[in-house]
Amino acid sequence: MDFTVIIDNLPLYLSGLRVTIELLILALLCGFVLALPLGVAAASRRATVNAFPRGFIYFMRGTPLLAQVYLIYHGFAQFDFLRESMLWAVFKEAYWCALIGFSLNTAGYTAEIIRGAIAQTPRGEIEAARACGMRPGVALRRVILPSALRRALPAYGNEVIFMLHGTVIAGVITLVDLFGAAKIVNSRHFVPFESFIAAGFFYLCLTFLIVWLFKGAERKWHAHLRPRAA
Amino acid sequence: MNAPETVLSLTDLHKHFGQLEVLRGISLAARPHEVISMLGSSGSGKSTLLRCINLLETPTAGDITVLGETIRMKEQRGRRIAAEPRQVERLRTKLGMVFQQFNLWSHLTALENVTEAPVSVLKLPKAEAVARAEAVLERVGMADRRDYYPAHLSGGQQQRVAIARALAMQPEVLLFDEPTSALDPEMVGEVLKVIRSLAEEGRTMLVVTHEMNFAREVSDRVLFLHQGLVEEDGPPQQVFEQPQSERFRQFLAGNLK
Repeated sequence: MDFTVIIDNLPLYLSGLRVTIELLILALLCGFVLALPLGVAAASRRATVNAFPRGFIYFMRGTPLLAQVYLIYHGFAQFDFLRESMLWAVFKEAYWCALIGFSLNTAGYTAEIIRGAIAQTPRGEIEAARACGMRPGVALRRVILPSALRRALPAYGNEVIFMLHGTVIAGVITLVDLFGAAKIVNSRHFVPFESFIAAGFFYLCLTFLIVWLFKGAERKWHAHLRPRAA
Repeated sequence: MNAPETVLSLTDLHKHFGQLEVLRGISLAARPHEVISMLGSSGSGKSTLLRCINLLETPTAGDITVLGETIRMKEQRGRRIAAEPRQVERLRTKLGMVFQQFNLWSHLTALENVTEAPVSVLKLPKAEAVARAEAVLERVGMADRRDYYPAHLSGGQQQRVAIARALAMQPEVLLFDEPTSALDPEMVGEVLKVIRSLAEEGRTMLVVTHEMNFAREVSDRVLFLHQGLVEEDGPPQQVFEQPQSERFRQFLAGNLK
């Protein structure tokens, strides 16, 4: 065991850590912005409204993230019209391909979490909103979503951790994220155990941070579910 | 039919669920300040009737007139629906509804439950809504629990907050759908006391209930529904002492033993 290699390569790991965090945060932001309307539409009873979001969710959950990112990064490059279009500036970059893939993937899972949470809204609470004269949009915004998003919190915490671990795929398509940094250290010094356990340590730290953040969020948003403090 | 002394009128209301005819032609007119109790065994259609009034259920046929305004209906793909959702939403603000299961919004405190609709529907400024909410919570004796979440309140307390939520909209008519049926016996009294005091205030109320004493003592008029029809209709002393319908006599025998 020789962890001095890791110490020597700490700057590489830290820059990888930065890429991982950046990809994670951007993907979660974009994914959530997409997931909210998709989840709401998927919860609709009207087939014309729920067909597309449900198809999207099915596709994103039904295929591996690695395959999705390969499809975007390697697959799209096959089309001449794309390579000749303005979009090529985006799709030739591994970074953007990873970000698009991650965003769409987490959007699919998050939309399903939101759909499920909306479907679990007690019917009586929705009826009470209607009985007060709320329009459907107002009831959604003021009653259904605030209630559903609170319910979705633990499941979403899980999704965020899954997405963190999914970001290793960035390291597979040439990016130097945490996992990419570990691969480089390993190939330069041939210390597979040390290089990957170091990456694992950083992932553990990030997971700990996420768990802690969600614990705080639950404390704030789940006050109505806890027994009342005496 | 749109006589000014009528707050609410129903004309030949029918409701089918598939083959099942729950309401088979009910007409009813409520005058201002009138307290009407609706009795009936389960399945008699009394809750469905109440839920049709604010269109939580859409009647299959018949007219509903609230404050002189008839709710416009239309046919769509063989189903009868409200022609103008905006009209229904506007009239619902005039019809306060109290549910059997309270149906408070569980993620909001008692106070927030009461301020929500005045702010998001009536567009009241927040401060005004809070002042109004505090007044109605005081009215139902729940002012000291304003910051409690529904899960931290007893059933009776939750129902009183639900009544406050309805009152905060300053409705013209209050609709109670078996307001004490989901309560433990020792909590029934506190809720009935509030409802009784609202009746004494001169509010127009329709109360679906199993509480015979309440119906007898508080209402101006008692309706007995059986198999989707009004079987008995009159002032309480008349219907309880000289019931006209055989069904109602049987019903009373079962309930007043």
